[in-house]
Amino acid sequence: MSARQKIREYINSNLVVLDDEAEFEDADNIFQKGYVNSLFAMKLLNFVESEFQCKVDDSDIVISNFSSVDNIINLVKKKKDIEE
Amino acid sequence: MMDRDNFEKLMTEVKDFVNNKVRPFAGKFEEEEAVPLSLIKEMAERKYLAAPFPAEIGGLELDQVQYGLLTHEIGKGCPSVRALLTVHTSLVGQTLLRMANQEQKDKWLPLLAKGEKIAAFGLTEPDVGTDAKSVQTRYEKQGDHFVITGRKKWITYGHLADVFVIIARNEENVSAFLVERDRENLRTTPIKGLLASRAAYIAEIELNAVRVPEENVIGNLGQGFSYIVNTALDYGRYSIAWAGVSLAEAALEEMVKYARNRSQFGQKLYKFQLIHEMIANAVTKVQTAKSICLQAGEQRNNNADEAIMTTTIAKYYSSKIAMEVATDAVQLHGGNGCCNQYPVERLFREAKIFEIIEGTSQIQQEIISMYGLKKYNRK
Ligand SMILES: Cc1cc2nc3c(=O)[nH]c(=O)nc-3n(C[C@H](O)[C@H](O)[C@H](O)COP(=O)(O)OP(=O)(O)OC[C@H]3O[C@@H](n4cnc5c(N)ncnc54)[C@H](O)[C@@H]3O)c2cc1C
Repeated sequence: MSARQKIREYINSNLVVLDDEAEFEDADNIFQKGYVNSLFAMKLLNFVESEFQCKVDDSDIVISNFSSVDNIINLVKKKKDIEE
Repeated sequence: MMDRDNFEKLMTEVKDFVNNKVRPFAGKFEEEEAVPLSLIKEMAERKYLAAPFPAEIGGLELDQVQYGLLTHEIGKGCPSVRALLTVHTSLVGQTLLRMANQEQKDKWLPLLAKGEKIAAFGLTEPDVGTDAKSVQTRYEKQGDHFVITGRKKWITYGHLADVFVIIARNEENVSAFLVERDRENLRTTPIKGLLASRAAYIAEIELNAVRVPEENVIGNLGQGFSYIVNTALDYGRYSIAWAGVSLAEAALEEMVKYARNRSQFGQKLYKFQLIHEMIANAVTKVQTAKSICLQAGEQRNNNADEAIMTTTIAKYYSSKIAMEVATDAVQLHGGNGCCNQYPVERLFREAKIFEIIEGTSQIQQEIISMYGLKKYNRK
């Protein structure tokens, strides 16, 4: 599975709206859309660190780095070479 | 993680400490509305206040399961004493350990570990509770300082603490600050007339243009809710999950003692079938709640993805059964259960608090139900 797919799947499994109500593009801000709650911010940080085996820098722990699939990909790419 | 032999030794010591210095005096602490400072000092010397911290900053290196079991033992003795672990060690200490920068860790964690500084967590306000993201306490930048103004309410250990984590907003941005008690224009007032937690220095905090330097911001500016509050409340929920088990178990022990000693109709109470029902239910609830707390602890140790949800379920369930078991414990004691000569009267009042703090039961239900609607959806 590509990194993009893994991230999408992870977000999908944590939506606070039911699947058929939620559609999002890779550029969409999932927090602003209300698709995930703020508890998810910590989970997403853990997910990124464990799934991609990297440590997110303190200064990068800001919600905007995690708010869309695209932004998460960009964040991980700062740390690692990944197959999108 | 502490190795097994040392952990067993530690737990024996903790039980002795609780049985000799905490449990017999829980009623007295409540009457005097204070956990004695000498007891807090002793807990610090025994390193309990730093139980989950690494050894290099003075901790015992307990893993999450072990720390839960320690919280459980202390909680069985006195909820107000356990509350110090919840706020000082879990909500503030563990959050700093996870989210603070190196300078903040170096400065604060050794002081917290030794109990030289006591910490409290200031989120709730007179008009803002469950909807915590809407805090009204404001901050603004003035030169290289932030100026914070607002009021915090129900802050556990607030009247004793030397340092507070204060959550405040600037327009849409919510940030977390370390605010020392000795900053000018900060005042705490104890809250009287409480149902329970009377010995836990619960206070209101008034911040009237309190100036703190930039280095006191925890995490990144504007990220206080997503990362600091959520991290802290996750640790807090784990602590309260164990607190619920401990209270229920303490109430169950009182039930058993009373049922074996009190006689009516020429028989001990434990001979009556309806008493069996209460005891059987209490045993089942205590053991199931303990299992889910252990499961949450294991998941937390493994940094498992489900850990946050299991912790939420554990907090919801164990606070609910603590109330139920404490209610039955009073029932089993009859009139004596309504009098402070018996510990169940206090346990009954204390239990209610757990359904309210660290996210009320209704909010846990909201979170758990959404999780269930997805997880148990057969496709
Ligand atoms: C003993 C004690 C110690 C505490 N210690 C601390 C501390 O150290 N630090 C700190 O910051 N705070 C502390 N608190 C505050 C505590 O966290 C809050 O009381 C709690 O979050 C609830 O907020 P509230 O009291 O404003 O109730 P409200 O938020 O006003 O809730 C009132 C009722 O409405 C329900 N409700 C609210 N929103 C919803 C919803 N969306 N859906 C369904 N029901 C809803 C609630 O469940 C509750 O039943 C403490 C409180 C107590 C009693």
